[in-house]
Amino acid sequence: MNIVVTVKQVPDTWAEKKLDAADKTVDRVSVDNVMNEMDEYGVEEALKIKEAHGGEVTVVTMGPAKAVETIRKALSMGADKAVHLTDDALHGSDALQTSAALAKVIATLSPDLVITATEASDARGGVMGALLAERLGLPQLTQARKVTVDPAAGKVSIERLADNGYALVEASLPAVVGVVEKINQPRYPSFKGIMAAKKKPLTTLSSGDAGLDAGSVGLAGAGSTVVDSQPAPPRQSGTIVKDEGDGGVKIADFLAAQKLI
Amino acid sequence: MEFEEPPEHTAIREAVRDICKGFDAEYWRQHEKNHEFPWKFHNEMAAAGWIGTAIPEEFGGGGGGITEASIVMEEVAASGGAMNAASALHISVFGMNPVVKYGSQAQKEKYLPRVATGELQVAFGVTEPDAGTDTTSITTRAVRDGDDYIVHGQKVWTTKGHVAEKVLLLVRTTPLEEVRKRTDGMTLLLADLRRPEVDIHQIDKIARNAVGSCEVRYDGLRVDGSDLVGEEGKGFKYLLDGLNPERILIAAEALGIGKAALRVATQYANERVVFGRPIGKNQGIAFPLAEAHMRLAAAELVIRQASWRYDQGLPCGEHANSAKFLASDAAFFAADRAMQTHGGFSFATEYPVGRFWAESRLMKIAPVSQEMVMNYISEHVLGLPRSY
Ligand SMILES: Cc1cc2nc3c(=O)[nH]c(=O)nc-3n(C[C@H](O)[C@H](O)[C@H](O)COP(=O)(O)OP(=O)(O)OC[C@H]3O[C@@H](n4cnc5c(N)ncnc54)[C@H](O)[C@@H]3O)c2cc1C
Ligand SMILES: Cc1cc2nc3c(=O)[nH]c(=O)nc-3n(C[C@H](O)[C@H](O)[C@H](O)COP(=O)(O)OP(=O)(O)OC[C@H]3O[C@@H](n4cnc5c(N)ncnc54)[C@H](O)[C@@H]3O)c2cc1C
Repeated sequence: MNIVVTVKQVPDTWAEKKLDAADKTVDRVSVDNVMNEMDEYGVEEALKIKEAHGGEVTVVTMGPAKAVETIRKALSMGADKAVHLTDDALHGSDALQTSAALAKVIATLSPDLVITATEASDARGGVMGALLAERLGLPQLTQARKVTVDPAAGKVSIERLADNGYALVEASLPAVVGVVEKINQPRYPSFKGIMAAKKKPLTTLSSGDAGLDAGSVGLAGAGSTVVDSQPAPPRQSGTIVKDEGDGGVKIADFLAAQKLI
Repeated sequence: MEFEEPPEHTAIREAVRDICKGFDAEYWRQHEKNHEFPWKFHNEMAAAGWIGTAIPEEFGGGGGGITEASIVMEEVAASGGAMNAASALHISVFGMNPVVKYGSQAQKEKYLPRVATGELQVAFGVTEPDAGTDTTSITTRAVRDGDDYIVHGQKVWTTKGHVAEKVLLLVRTTPLEEVRKRTDGMTLLLADLRRPEVDIHQIDKIARNAVGSCEVRYDGLRVDGSDLVGEEGKGFKYLLDGLNPERILIAAEALGIGKAALRVATQYANERVVFGRPIGKNQGIAFPLAEAHMRLAAAELVIRQASWRYDQGLPCGEHANSAKFLASDAAFFAADRAMQTHGGFSFATEYPVGRFWAESRLMKIAPVSQEMVMNYISEHVLGLPRSY
């Protein structure tokens, strides 16, 4: 199995996320950056499939130079090689442009399976998997809580998270699969993994190397524009019910007023 | 000169932090309170290969140097686990150095892979009630019986003695009165902590109670001849060989505690409001914390220099000793200022600072005291006459 897994470096989940004052893109400079947490599940799943069926796991990311830290983490976990698409010209690309750029890179790798997370914790668009599938002309299976591949039959089936249980969905390979956090427990990078990662092939591509037109990427050509933003309003303080012997009744009344019961 | 941390070292820090995140202040508080060995933490660190960081690859370890091992231990301590966390791993991380360097091939194959996976716990038995700093005064005696040895004597402070399967035991095979040099006639054995010949009691300690340190009596313990490490009579030399790396590790652990104390103190100083403003607004609180930061940063550089020299095979006695002195001093200073910053709450175990304070204080005493470091620097670096 030739597996591609997409990863993204994002501001630390706990960091206060800000937009750059000048161009309203996510500020990735003044905060600690980490691998998008959900991507760890994607990497883990790719490694598991490789362990079961053999093959190779290639990590693909688009992001600033610093995003190589996230690549290194994926390689330390056990991925075999990586492609880093990085270029100042890519700064400010929106989801449409990013998907076009990533698809171009991924297509050159001729994967049997592309694994994505369901969303990244910074923009939370949740559309990259679908955009990639469309651009690559591949079927997409989403919200997978379990993935089973049958390379001989050229099929992949998943348990798709549903409200009351799951749906069994299958597709022919190659395919794009989006995973959810329930799917596995990502391994920690081990010391050996970290040392081995130093020697693994890492290809760094500029937008030119990847064959992207200068006008097709970057803030200027983006299809969507951030016009303005406001910090989220502080949370309203909750309602405190004082128990004077009738606490239960008061809580029930409150819930009923909210139409929760 | 290059001061930028190599990316793989940053990656080590992040990976160890990831694991340690699962063990919060409450975990350590409970284990301290219940005198309970932190097995879950130990096992997770072992599973990710961190215990075996410095064990050669051919014996199942990571093949890293003391630089990598010290970064691991710094992060372990800095996570807030402090010495309760570090001591749970410390001996496994570098204690087997004498076996790695002087043990037989059979010993290495038999023991090192099990140490690297965290399955085999080995304690370190050097200190005796009447021989601490003055190691050559030990009286625990091993007498030949055919190929084997029979051991009688008493050790004290044997950390992890209560959970360990084996002990790297320093014994006299020739009594002090019969040797030409005091440092002769001592031997390292990889002995079994087998009952009833070995009697083990935990010492009631003021702190670092998740990891026990024990009083251990040996009464006729038979040690198989194959568990002699290196040559008979050369045990002290083997021990000396491991002192520098151990000092570097201890220094890194102290640095970690100092960083943890400073982090907690800074947060508290920002949040605690007294006289209508955060106490961190008072220079009386802020300046000592700023000083603690600088002292830790300086110690860190000396640690990096020492570990680099050791890994390069360069002499590093001066640097390893200095690192241990400066780091334990800076750590205790930071922890003491963290205590002061926390006011009366420093005395409540709900806050971890009391633990940092007691545990960093330990680093000025064991495994080697600040005085003995100064003896070393006076004599071996400055060329002053030996004082003892
Ligand atoms: C928590 C803990 C864990 C430990 N774990 C282990 C372990 O796993 N294995 C093990 O073998 N040991 C262990 N030890 C023992 C430790 O290594 C000794 O406590 C240490 O070496 C000091 O020896 P001592 O306690 O006998 O002090 P002493 O030798 O009695 O020294 C007392 C004081 O006198 C000072 N002093 C002595 N001689 C001189 C001199 N010439 N000049 C100036 N000052 C001097 C010392 O610096 C010290 O301050 C542990 C100790 C503790 C507290
Ligand atoms: C074991 C113990 C027993 C106690 N027993 C009693 C008791 O019986 N009865 C009782 O009422 N209380 C008791 N206390 C509480 C004790 O009196 C308080 O802890 C003490 O007054 C400090 O107050 P705090 O802990 O709130 O510290 P905080 O007021 O929060 O001060 C925290 C730190 O900030 C510093 N600080 C604050 N303001 C300034 C400033 N303007 N400039 C410079 N530094 C500043 C303080 O010096 C301190 O180092 C006890 C405390 C302990 C630990």
